[in-house]
Amino acid sequence: MAAVAHEAHGHHDSHGHHDDHGHHEEGFVSKYIFSQDHKMIGKQFLMTAIFMGIVAMILSILFRIQLAWPGEGSDFVSFFLGEEWAPGGVMKEDMYLGLVTIHGTIMVFFLLTGGLSGTFSNMLIPLQLGARDMASGFLNMLSYWFFLISSLIMLFSMFVESGPAMAGWTIYPPLSALPQAVSGSGTGMTLWLVSMTIFIASSLIGSLNYIVTVLNLRTKGMKMTRMPLTIWAFFVTAVLGVLSFPVLLSAALLLMMDRLAGTSFYLSDIIVGGEMLTNHGGSPLLYQHLFWFLGHPEVYIVLLPALGLSSEIISTNARKPIFGYRAMIGSILAIGFLSFIVWGHHMFVTGMNPFLGSVFVFTTLLIAIPSAVKVFNYLTTLWKGSLHLTPAMMFAIGLVSTFITGGVTGIILADSALDIAVHDTYFVVAHFHIVMGMSAVLGMFAGVYHWFPKMFGRMMNLRLGYAHFWVTLVGAYGVFFPMHFVGLAGAPRRYYDYSAYNEFDTSSLDMIMDLNIIITFFAIIAAIGQLLFLFNFFYSIFRGPKAPQNPWKSNTLEWTTPVEHIHGNWPGELPTVYRWPYDYSKPGSEVDFIPQTVPLADGEEEH
Amino acid sequence: MGTKLIIIVALVLGGIAIAQLMRLYELSSKMSKSDESEVGTRDNNLNGRLMLGFMAFLFLGFIWLMMEFGWTGRGEAASVHGKAYDWLLDLNFWIIIIVFFLTNALLFVFAFKYTKKPGVKAFYFPHNNKLEMIWTIVPAVVLAVIIILGLRTWNDITADSGKDAINVELFSKQFDWTARYAGDDNILGKFDYKLTTDANELALMTTATIDTAIASMESGVNGIKTIESKLNDPSLIMVPEERAKMVEDLSRKQRLIRLLYQMREKHNSKIDASAYDDVIQKDTLYLCENQPYEFTFRAKDVIHSAYFPHFRAQMNTVPGVVTRFKFTPDISTKSMREKKNDPAFNYVLMCNKICGGAHYKMKMIVVVLPKGEYDSWMNSKKGPGSFKSIFQPVVEAPAPAVEPATADSTAVAPVV
Ligand code: HEM
Ligand SMILES: [Cu+2]
Ligand SMILES: [Cu+2]
Repeated sequence: MAAVAHEAHGHHDSHGHHDDHGHHEEGFVSKYIFSQDHKMIGKQFLMTAIFMGIVAMILSILFRIQLAWPGEGSDFVSFFLGEEWAPGGVMKEDMYLGLVTIHGTIMVFFLLTGGLSGTFSNMLIPLQLGARDMASGFLNMLSYWFFLISSLIMLFSMFVESGPAMAGWTIYPPLSALPQAVSGSGTGMTLWLVSMTIFIASSLIGSLNYIVTVLNLRTKGMKMTRMPLTIWAFFVTAVLGVLSFPVLLSAALLLMMDRLAGTSFYLSDIIVGGEMLTNHGGSPLLYQHLFWFLGHPEVYIVLLPALGLSSEIISTNARKPIFGYRAMIGSILAIGFLSFIVWGHHMFVTGMNPFLGSVFVFTTLLIAIPSAVKVFNYLTTLWKGSLHLTPAMMFAIGLVSTFITGGVTGIILADSALDIAVHDTYFVVAHFHIVMGMSAVLGMFAGVYHWFPKMFGRMMNLRLGYAHFWVTLVGAYGVFFPMHFVGLAGAPRRYYDYSAYNEFDTSSLDMIMDLNIIITFFAIIAAIGQLLFLFNFFYSIFRGPKAPQNPWKSNTLEWTTPVEHIHGNWPGELPTVYRWPYDYSKPGSEVDFIPQTVPLADGEEEH
Repeated sequence: MGTKLIIIVALVLGGIAIAQLMRLYELSSKMSKSDESEVGTRDNNLNGRLMLGFMAFLFLGFIWLMMEFGWTGRGEAASVHGKAYDWLLDLNFWIIIIVFFLTNALLFVFAFKYTKKPGVKAFYFPHNNKLEMIWTIVPAVVLAVIIILGLRTWNDITADSGKDAINVELFSKQFDWTARYAGDDNILGKFDYKLTTDANELALMTTATIDTAIASMESGVNGIKTIESKLNDPSLIMVPEERAKMVEDLSRKQRLIRLLYQMREKHNSKIDASAYDDVIQKDTLYLCENQPYEFTFRAKDVIHSAYFPHFRAQMNTVPGVVTRFKFTPDISTKSMREKKNDPAFNYVLMCNKICGGAHYKMKMIVVVLPKGEYDSWMNSKKGPGSFKSIFQPVVEAPAPAVEPATADSTAVAPVV
């Protein structure tokens, strides 16, 4: 295999390149590196995201060790942090905050925004719509390269002398604006802002491309109401991104100005490190409004693609149409719209006007309705199905579970009165990890297992997939479920250790420490379990059995393309679409699936 | 170094081991002709059963956590509104726990029950308007109840405090809290951050504090005069960066001093008294049982958050803004210790907004005393703890403008 030489680059397509347009001699660089082909770009996003995800996971294990065994030297910690940041294997206070910050940033933006949308929007939008490629291949390539550069800058920021950004992934000023307040607010913070600025550019270019492609490049017969729910989800996600990321950019730019140009957008009446600043009239709350105007839609930018993927996977593997297709689209649209008017629920105790708080309570709890509709529709889709429990299907079912479990605690947090005593505690950490972190990660895994044959032309190993699923699900719940109870004991988040409890409540301290050890135990198990995935993934790229044309007997268009990737996706004419994608087990049909390209039979009704 | 090597070697060996296992698996699956896309009946059934098993793990795990740790790990609420809060929290918890059990059970039971069986076809069921109406309307009704009850409590908690509330200010900075009681007049004296000096850490505004601030900024150790003379001293050799920094420092102080002079122009010495009788208190916050309090919050450097878990109270402290929260503690520390059967227990005020390296240590013990004990404590405090006796105008050789490290130790001593 000549291709093995490319392994190191990780963007490996295991097959010879059969190209019907005849330019066989396409070079290595334009095929693997500066590729404009949406399928290759999707894979580039995936590889980069997996790498970033591993980094962020290792960071979480590092600080989990500190939380479970505070002050005890650990070889594992000193291996990664060295004497500089972890003398004797005990990480420094500042570094703890730095790790938490970079962990959160990478997970939310690089793994689950760039990685999830980047991979699957790229891969699936043209394939499921019957398009030869994205509207602009060049912009698409640019989007990936910006993503890669911003990832590298973010990683690099961990190695600067004063440490990475340490103000939390939300980087609230004044902490993030004042290097005197914490060491990470020096060079580390500047790099964070630069990285995120480039990331936002990447996301915007990508999203515009997705929107234009969905609106203009649908093949004949592919009406909006015949699009798979995956595409609906990617489409709304892209719209959310286009509307909200620029606001984050403006927040970041104003912060940059406060840091570098002496302006006072967010600063007022501050004395820090013995220095009396002259800034007056700025408002730290302005930043929070701008940040959460992105920050909340961001949650759905992370979640909707995962929900879209799982809709498709659950329907296919239940051999049933997704229940309530139109209601599902309606829910996606409603969630998308409402996500723009709920940001204030992150600010109930910031001193914001309580009446304004009430309005946000109302809008936030409204969002629970379309979310509930989605859950019930998933459940009904499973009901009386004929479930093929592929690893992808299992992950999708896991997603529904975490979406429920994490969603219900959101009701507590959305209630401004109740938020008072749980805001910024571990209860919140538990909530958002389950509803956003786990759901999206499980959705992403589901997508990888399901579309791996389409990406690499080979199959992943089933048994390893099952093992990976069970370790991940048990590990995830084992980590994040007990965190609720840590939070209800009143434990604030972003604490380096809880020994201060010794001075006022030793029984709470015992409880927190017991739980912290359980959590770290499961975290380590779950992290080791990911090796099963990594191994399966890379091994199967090269040595997995060859994929059949339509391994899951699915209706959507991507399974009508040749297994071996070609430019333009379909060798001949583009396929024509005659029906919605969910005709599974339709009465009157011999087989239990009818691909979208099959014309309606005489007298057959569309769903 | 040795351990690092061992870790790496272990990882490599582990990788090789899995690779060999895969080989074996591949060979065996080739012989049995299994196909990765067709999930065998055995795998299907096994995983279906595991779904049920997982449900048991999830539910039993939850019940165990509940029994072992409960949802009020921070104990009974020790404030008046805290009782209403806990009632509402319990109600909401019951609702979501029911939903959690019900929907997760449906999910995993369906996943088990409807795994593929030979000869059984899936039921084609694309939509049903009636069902969809039901599960739109039922959540909507439940949510309406939650919203109405929630907002009622929210309005009570955030309403103005009555006239009999005592005003207390909590001042936050990296990494500690200072309390200021309003004194006999129940009026907190005015403040302005520019008045911060060693002797006036809370930057209260009186004629004397303004004068001190001006004096210190003009002729203190790092005052304008010193900087100017350093900059003009040809015998002093400075690196360019150091000089630039000094020039900047100077221009900053010149801007501030102008503002201080304006402040002095406008200042009305009649309000001095409201600051002088304020009582300043570090380390421990004493509160009176069943006494309403109106807390206002200030931050000196970055955002902090005043979190009182036991009183179900929290409010961010924001530089440049004054925030507020009211509550009435209704269980004294002593009775709470008895209830908890823990003689060392104390209420606490913790910082709950990331604010720098020692964020996790930023706290203040809170002690709730019965009225009698509280009054006698307060009476003993009024003299020595009042701002009037703490503040000693330093006119001759003013200390540096601000030097927090020393400020703490010197100013605390006379207070406590
Ligand atoms: C291996 C699995 C993971 C573990 C053990 C873990 C653990 C943690 C812990 C203990 C914190 C610190 C909470 C605090 O002190 O405030 C944290 C923060 C965070 N995590 Fe994770 N996490 C994991 C995966 C994820 C995933 C998949 C996401 C994606 C959404 C995520 C997003 C975040 C965010 C946004 C924060 C907040 C960072 C901040 O406070 O600035 N984590 N994580
Ligand atoms: Cu939100
Ligand atoms: Cu603080």
